Amino acid sequence: MSAEATSAKGGPASAGTPALKASLRRAERKKRRGAFLLTLPLLLFITVMFLIPLLGMFWLSVANTTMTSYMPQTVKELSTWDGKDLPPEAAYAAVASDLKVAFKNHTFGRVAKRLNEESPGAFGLINKTTFRTARLRTPPASWKDEFVKIDKTWGEKPIWTLLKRESSVITSDFYVAAIDMQYSPEGKLERVPAYARIYIPLFIRTAWMSALITFLTLLLGYPLAYWISRLPEAKANLMMIAVLLPFWTSLLVRITAWIVLLQSHGVINSILVGSGAVADTARPQLINNSLGTVIVMTQVLLPFMVLPLYSVMKSIPDSYVRAAISMGAHPWRAFWRVFAPLTASGVGAGVLLVFILSIGYYITPELVGGQNGQFISNRIAYNVQQSLNWGLAAALGTILTAVTLILFLLYGYITGNRKVSIT
Amino acid sequence: MNTPTKTDAFVQFDRVQKSYDGETLVVKELNLSIGKGEFLTMLGPSGSGKTTCLMMLAGFETATQGDILLDGKPINAVPPHKRGIGMVFQNYALFPHMTVNENLYFPLEVRGIGKSEREGKIKRALDMVQMGAFGNRRPSQLSGGQQQRIALARALVFEPSLVLMDEPLGALDKQLREHMQFEIKHLHETLGITVVYVTHDQGEALTMSDRIAVFNDGRIQQLAAPDVLYEAPQNSFVAQFIGENNKLPGTVEDIADGRAVVRLATGEVIAATPVNVSGKGQKTLISIRPERVEYRAEMLPEGAHTVEAEVLEFIYMGDIFRTRLRVAGSDDFVIKNRNTLDQRRLKPGEKIRIGWAPQDARALDPL
Repeated sequence: MSAEATSAKGGPASAGTPALKASLRRAERKKRRGAFLLTLPLLLFITVMFLIPLLGMFWLSVANTTMTSYMPQTVKELSTWDGKDLPPEAAYAAVASDLKVAFKNHTFGRVAKRLNEESPGAFGLINKTTFRTARLRTPPASWKDEFVKIDKTWGEKPIWTLLKRESSVITSDFYVAAIDMQYSPEGKLERVPAYARIYIPLFIRTAWMSALITFLTLLLGYPLAYWISRLPEAKANLMMIAVLLPFWTSLLVRITAWIVLLQSHGVINSILVGSGAVADTARPQLINNSLGTVIVMTQVLLPFMVLPLYSVMKSIPDSYVRAAISMGAHPWRAFWRVFAPLTASGVGAGVLLVFILSIGYYITPELVGGQNGQFISNRIAYNVQQSLNWGLAAALGTILTAVTLILFLLYGYITGNRKVSIT
Repeated sequence: MNTPTKTDAFVQFDRVQKSYDGETLVVKELNLSIGKGEFLTMLGPSGSGKTTCLMMLAGFETATQGDILLDGKPINAVPPHKRGIGMVFQNYALFPHMTVNENLYFPLEVRGIGKSEREGKIKRALDMVQMGAFGNRRPSQLSGGQQQRIALARALVFEPSLVLMDEPLGALDKQLREHMQFEIKHLHETLGITVVYVTHDQGEALTMSDRIAVFNDGRIQQLAAPDVLYEAPQNSFVAQFIGENNKLPGTVEDIADGRAVVRLATGEVIAATPVNVSGKGQKTLISIRPERVEYRAEMLPEGAHTVEAEVLEFIYMGDIFRTRLRVAGSDDFVIKNRNTLDQRRLKPGEKIRIGWAPQDARALDPL
């Protein structure tokens, strides 16, 4: 049938015409709406419970509202200060006035705490200054003189540089701290002294220990997945249940079991000492250090390596390797040239999955990591729960999220397809 | 082709047995000699042991008992990669991560064949299967038939003298399958290679083979050329498995001079050729091919027995008419007539008399 004949009015749309596309869109729209409605509850859940908190974390990592909220006049006065000499009298007056209000509202502590995070000692300075100005019955002739009398720090530039820097609503301070840097009293960016560097070494340790754990799970998981994938269906299912069995046991229980096994008077050490392989005084330290973290996390994360490997290997029929062998390749060569390349996507997915889970792991390093087996997430928890520096915790968390995302995209780029399969 | 004797056999199975579980034998006492340059098909239903035999020959399964000889030498202890046997698999087994050229390059590379030589060989192999222009494609970019050709080229590129094919055409549609049957047959003829071919499709076996080994229950039921197998099946299984077959149960009344007189279940008496019945009074199954049955009296050979038949169903199949009859109490007696100008279309309900030459009625063992 010719196109002219069908494109007549009222007839069916012919191929390639806008009419056909429109009717296709109509037909597809209904399907899409159905799909959307089915996923809507999950979409809402993810938005509320995941995306919004994530954005909240990002905001916390750059937000700096203390000064603008509690010291508004100071912020205003310092906005015109050029930072060359000491600020004018009006700035001192503004600080005094802000602190008076803060004293009345009991908010000066927050200002003191925030400034102390950036410059140790500022806490005392602000408290002292607040109490002294609050006690004054009449305003002094010169706030500047009065302040210098309270503390001579007010007569020097650094505190003012700090105040001005903190006047901005958006700050990079937390990120600066998260990469072990600080502002010098002159306001210049510099690395913190060597003894105080925590985060960069911790990021590096988290990364290399995660890489080690990933490598070990691959080393253990690959032969296992291969073996299971070559078993008959019924046996393979049984073995996969065995692989997944740990998921049915609480993580805490498993870690506790490891502690029982690995501690210095635990099962393994007792056997070693009992068999005479190791002297009683030379029991190896297997737990509460980085070794403990590696051992336990390798076990905990192993299923995440085995699952994608198994699902890829299962789809590779025996006949590929057999064909290679029939063509004269030694079974090892057939394996490396034919089987191994075909499992690349499974290896990629497994490695990515285990590494990403690993760099964000918290509970295992917390319980068995001791001092040198801690991960960055343990430090984030410390900043959230103990030092209460949420901004810094958020900055560290955002960096971790960014690293994860970059890895994910990198994997997609390397494997050449945009979709990254984790099945 | 003549049956090879023991000495000139290229491939020989000598009392080979195979068991997977130590209890049942999948292959029982297999003796088979395949001549050089022969196209031998192992035909049988699934589970008959034919694929196991092929895999033992390829080296992927080991014989539990007995010897397999290749060119006179036992190969039981030779690992599969050293046997130098080409193989084509059911699902083609083309390496999906390699291009067509790389797939063909692989067997040459593992054999350490020089670079200059490789290109020529690959080109020749691809031209042989008319796929010369597809060298840079990936297997996933090819159709089933094209993949099949590449698999064939890959099995042939290192010039093995023996090629095994495990149901290589099973996944293709009917037309393509028939076309490929001829191509494989022609390749076999041109190259002079020995082919052992496994299939469950009897039409395929008849079309391609020099000889066919019909497998059932772990044994070779009959080993013969296609025409012999079709026209002179040695037992009821073969008669039933190869081609369409009418069977009439009866009792042997008399046997003399290569003629048997058989009384059918309804009391009618017919003449038949005794095949594996020996004595009077024995139960037998008469096997008659549908196209050897005639209902027109003038076409019947002299002295042929005729029996009553009632037409039950007439099916027009284009080139032939397929008519189902009730004969001697059985409802599934089929006759086939060519759709020629003088051919009549029988009508259901019609009563006719049918007959056949006595040599076309073969008295076989009752199943």
